Amino acid sequence: MAKRKRIGMEVALAAAEAVGMCNVDVAAVYPITPQSHIAEHLSELVADGKTDTEYVTVESEHTSMSVCIGASATGARAYTATCSQGLMLMHELLPIASAMRCPIVMSVANRPVNAPLNILSDHSDIMPQRDSGWIVIFSENGQEVVDLTLMAYRIAEDKDIMLPVIIGIDGFILTHMVEPMEFPDQKEIDKFLPPYKPYATLHPDKPLTMGAFAMPDFFPQMMKAKDMALLNSKKTIVKVWDEWERKFGRRYRPVETYRTEGAETILVTMGSMSETAELGVDELRDKGVSVGLVKIRLWRPFPSDELKVAVKDARVLAVMDRAVSPGTGGGPVFTDIKAVFYGEDSRPIIVNYVMGLGGVDVTVGDFVKMGEKAAKAKKEEYEFYGVMG
Amino acid sequence: MIEIRFHGRGGQGAVIGSEVLAHAFFIEDKYVQAFPAFGVERRGAPVTAFCRIDDRQINLRNQIYEPDHIVVLDPTLLETAGVTQGLKKNGTIVVNGKQSPGYYTELFGSDYQLYVLDATSIAVEHRLGSSANPIINTAILGAFSKATGLVRIESVEQAIDEYLPVKKENNKKAARAAYERVVKG
Repeated sequence: MAKRKRIGMEVALAAAEAVGMCNVDVAAVYPITPQSHIAEHLSELVADGKTDTEYVTVESEHTSMSVCIGASATGARAYTATCSQGLMLMHELLPIASAMRCPIVMSVANRPVNAPLNILSDHSDIMPQRDSGWIVIFSENGQEVVDLTLMAYRIAEDKDIMLPVIIGIDGFILTHMVEPMEFPDQKEIDKFLPPYKPYATLHPDKPLTMGAFAMPDFFPQMMKAKDMALLNSKKTIVKVWDEWERKFGRRYRPVETYRTEGAETILVTMGSMSETAELGVDELRDKGVSVGLVKIRLWRPFPSDELKVAVKDARVLAVMDRAVSPGTGGGPVFTDIKAVFYGEDSRPIIVNYVMGLGGVDVTVGDFVKMGEKAAKAKKEEYEFYGVMG
Repeated sequence: MIEIRFHGRGGQGAVIGSEVLAHAFFIEDKYVQAFPAFGVERRGAPVTAFCRIDDRQINLRNQIYEPDHIVVLDPTLLETAGVTQGLKKNGTIVVNGKQSPGYYTELFGSDYQLYVLDATSIAVEHRLGSSANPIINTAILGAFSKATGLVRIESVEQAIDEYLPVKKENNKKAARAAYERVVKG
């Protein structure tokens, strides 16, 4: 494997660069902090002729997703990016994209949702999209943003999948970070990502209907098909990631582990907090606390089987949620993980720390504190870490 | 790992300054991070930005609380407490100001390595920003290079060339002038 030159760049710009390498036909992106640098830089790449993409300057996120769905239905490769209120405005269209099996790719610069207004980072915007039928993949650093973006259309457009994909890029913490990354050559990407060949396309000469009215005789079948496609997508996603590893040397897994060997307590994280959590685990191990880390990369479809294997010997799981699922008694990741263990004979004690909301900086020391507390847990717990009242 | 914190005001270029500095270290084959303290940017409001440098990949993603060095772009920030908060003993302070080095030594005490330059005048001389709102980030990077010896001035100049979209020559000259004029307190 050739050693490649690293490039120092802001991660949001790198995301746009990666999109620019994917031979996207139509992009419709409405800028919103902290996604704006993706929208701006992609429009620069289009204006400079570096990518042959029709960039539709829409008036809202509702329209950007509508444009993507329409474009995708005609057989175009379509892209958008958003976050927070923009993603909420798009919400009603997301299940349409997945039911119509439109392999759109969207970057989400994860940011809280109002109120109160907050432009920083957490996972509150992605969680209401959980049941929209999209594949959702989280990134931890700039290199992963580049890699996962470059792989996204291969996954979305695979004939066994045909579903839209979200790449979660934590707002500011990742989008506004300048760090070194490496890019494959355009030729390698052209080989890795062949042109999109749709099953069916909207065309005036060959009229057909997509996503139209359905009565009870057909509607449930559509829902089942979407669910099966999403559940089955995992093995193909892993196949694409395997191919990436063979070609470019970086490995991606639905659930990834760090120092979990023999760990009594395992922290569970998702997104940009994971690398900092690794340093917390190092510190805890140095102190003699038996702690490891499991990172959820694939949020939908949820990697239940992989998770069970990854934590099989743990006494306690400490799930770090960067969002709340109000009224359920926990964060969304916590609730899903509890469901995974319902059918198991032996279950770990699962505790939940909701933290990092609204851009709260989560430090190595915070992971040490949470890890030490979790290691002593006797029963299920749910708390807002570091929040008074 | 080396951690650097920038203190400035919106419009002075603290965030871009941290990015250019990271780029200069990157040119010297270091692993780097540059990122702002996330807030709502407004002209004139206090701004903090961060820079991390290491010989190996950096996994730490929280903000910097105990910097090795600080860079103060606006002397009026010295009146509000906190710029030296967490600064390690013997750490370097590079401050933009018009007073004598003795004035700043008195202000900060002798726990730190203090370097002073009038970056505002250098920026105005090189027509960077306006005289009311000069952009002093590149000048202060030249001073940082001299003060700490951590990064070569040539790397700072190359980073300016590669990173800034406009006024590359003036910015490079400002950095070089600051490199030559900065004085130890």
